[in-house]
Amino acid sequence: MTSVRFTASVLCLLLAITSYARFARAQQRSASPMQELVAKGEYLAHVGDCVACHTVPGGKLFAGGRAIITPFGTLYSTNITPDLKNGIGNWTPDQFYRVMHDGVMPTGELLYPAMPFQYYTKVTRDDLDAIFAYLMSVPAVALRDKPDELRFPYSIRALVIGWRTLYFTPGVYRPNPTQSAPWNRGAYLVEGPGHCGMCHTPINALGGSSQAEAFQGGLIPEQGWYAPSLTSNREGGLGGWSIKDISDLLRTGTSMRGAVYGPMAEVVYNSLQYLSEPDIEAMAVYLKSLPSRPGAGQAAPPVPAAESSLLTSLGKDVYETYCATCHRSDGKGMPPAYPPLANNQSIEMTSAVNPIRMVLNGGFPPGTAGNLMPYGMPPFAQTLSDDQVAAVVTYIRSAWGNHGTPVTARDANTLRAAPLN
Amino acid sequence: MIARLAGAVLGAGVSLCVHGVFAQQQSAGAPDTMQERMQACAPCHGKDGAGTSSDYFPRIAGQPAGYLYEQLVGFHNDQRHYAPMNYLLEFLPESYLRQIANYFASLHPPAPEPLPPTASLQVLGRGKAIAMDGDPAHDIPACTSCHGPGLTGLHPDIPGLLGLRANYISAQLTAVRYRARNPTTSTCMQKILMRMTGQDITAVAAWLGSQRLPADARPLLAGALKLPMACESAGQ
Repeated sequence: MTSVRFTASVLCLLLAITSYARFARAQQRSASPMQELVAKGEYLAHVGDCVACHTVPGGKLFAGGRAIITPFGTLYSTNITPDLKNGIGNWTPDQFYRVMHDGVMPTGELLYPAMPFQYYTKVTRDDLDAIFAYLMSVPAVALRDKPDELRFPYSIRALVIGWRTLYFTPGVYRPNPTQSAPWNRGAYLVEGPGHCGMCHTPINALGGSSQAEAFQGGLIPEQGWYAPSLTSNREGGLGGWSIKDISDLLRTGTSMRGAVYGPMAEVVYNSLQYLSEPDIEAMAVYLKSLPSRPGAGQAAPPVPAAESSLLTSLGKDVYETYCATCHRSDGKGMPPAYPPLANNQSIEMTSAVNPIRMVLNGGFPPGTAGNLMPYGMPPFAQTLSDDQVAAVVTYIRSAWGNHGTPVTARDANTLRAAPLN
Repeated sequence: MIARLAGAVLGAGVSLCVHGVFAQQQSAGAPDTMQERMQACAPCHGKDGAGTSSDYFPRIAGQPAGYLYEQLVGFHNDQRHYAPMNYLLEFLPESYLRQIANYFASLHPPAPEPLPPTASLQVLGRGKAIAMDGDPAHDIPACTSCHGPGLTGLHPDIPGLLGLRANYISAQLTAVRYRARNPTTSTCMQKILMRMTGQDITAVAAWLGSQRLPADARPLLAGALKLPMACESAGQ
């Protein structure tokens, strides 16, 4: 009896395997070149994170209308569905290429650089054709674009000519023949469709960024979050991370070294979790190879020694009461559920904006295919006073060999007003 | 016999594999439970969602799962607006939101004591009358007619009204009245609230907030009540 059952289950298993193989072959056979192009385009649209700006939360895919708040006023993302009247259904592949590669609309209007065409210009024609084919395949939505609300003089579109002269160099990514294929793939994804520099390269008062400062990190305008440097070990620099930890962080949102939060949680949720393992690993290879530079930014103004030691002793009390259950008294945390705070660049870096905001707002890492049920951190904005927040952040920035500078109650208070979405 | 042994070995192997992979995915230290994952909720909603002495943060334990899920999805999609909740839930997938709703719906911890009412006896009397009998002259049904004779709610998505604070209830009723709360919620409540005055809302909130949660506060099963009006609910 038992042997019959065993044979039956082996047969079942074999049957399942062969029918899956047949199914997979059939899939391969039945996919037309157009379907393949659309699938490739969908993948690349994930890499480019088009959805983050061109879809309102809970709204119709790619129908636009999301407010993009900039220091120059508010822009509204556009409808990029194939709707003939309101979307891009009338565009040709050539016109789409010109928009992405040159930042010029079919009408001849210049795009504002809130649309990251300075990065998309590096994307190959083949890849842009695939993205266009995919966009043409999604349901058309009859939603009219909202007019932008930019302040004068930024409302004059022709001013973009000046910005382009200073900061825009069109050109597809050129592989570096001295580097490996994964490195080049990673560089292409990071510098091109991934447009990582949009946040991780500092921008100036004119909304421009210079290649010399690439990936040195900076405050993200209007969001109240600091995008760490990807080059400095003092900040988010990844030189000391293993390829596996970088890949885990990018793909699942968490790792043994730390978790993503704030705007990076959005990037992982909408974009990076959909990337293939080889592509994520290629990005990790490239990011890890970025040259290490000395700590960026100015040092924080010094806090008087007496005040600083008072902060640290109060901070230890607050830490033991509210934080140590998860992040442990030794700051080692319980990764990947609860990130370590000791030797964590996110805590130590020059700007204390991120650790202060984590204490105030808490949060969950994004729920991804690789981490479907993330562990969360409570917001402490309503539990802790400004003094307590300053104290505990000062403590975690200096305990366990961390090298961060003290923060003040005023820093904590300012960030209570930071926007949450 | 050999087959059974092989099966057992194979089974053990599979469970070891699953276990090994799982242990690697999860942390060594953090317990692999929903209770642990939901620590983020405790400072505002109380341990196990029981509620706290705070006026504004509701008890969420024991509410019907459908109701909780609607609220979580509303916050996630930015349809119901409360920035700290929108922020916490923005990047959680709907499968996880469903698990969170089911988890809190399954908990029945004792509720904190009601706060002594600040409203006058007259106001409390008016509130009780609306809750238990409604106001037929103004076409206002009794709360009990939908939320259950014990006011502990009805599966899948009509919430219980006890164990909450008066200020929280009146703030939510007012928000629903002016369509400032989750617009995907049933439209019935909004229609009823349009027939109520500000004083009615204050009174019914004061009375509900003064009531103790019964020991068995489980919501009624779906279909247990014949509802007085037909509801359009996007959450069905």
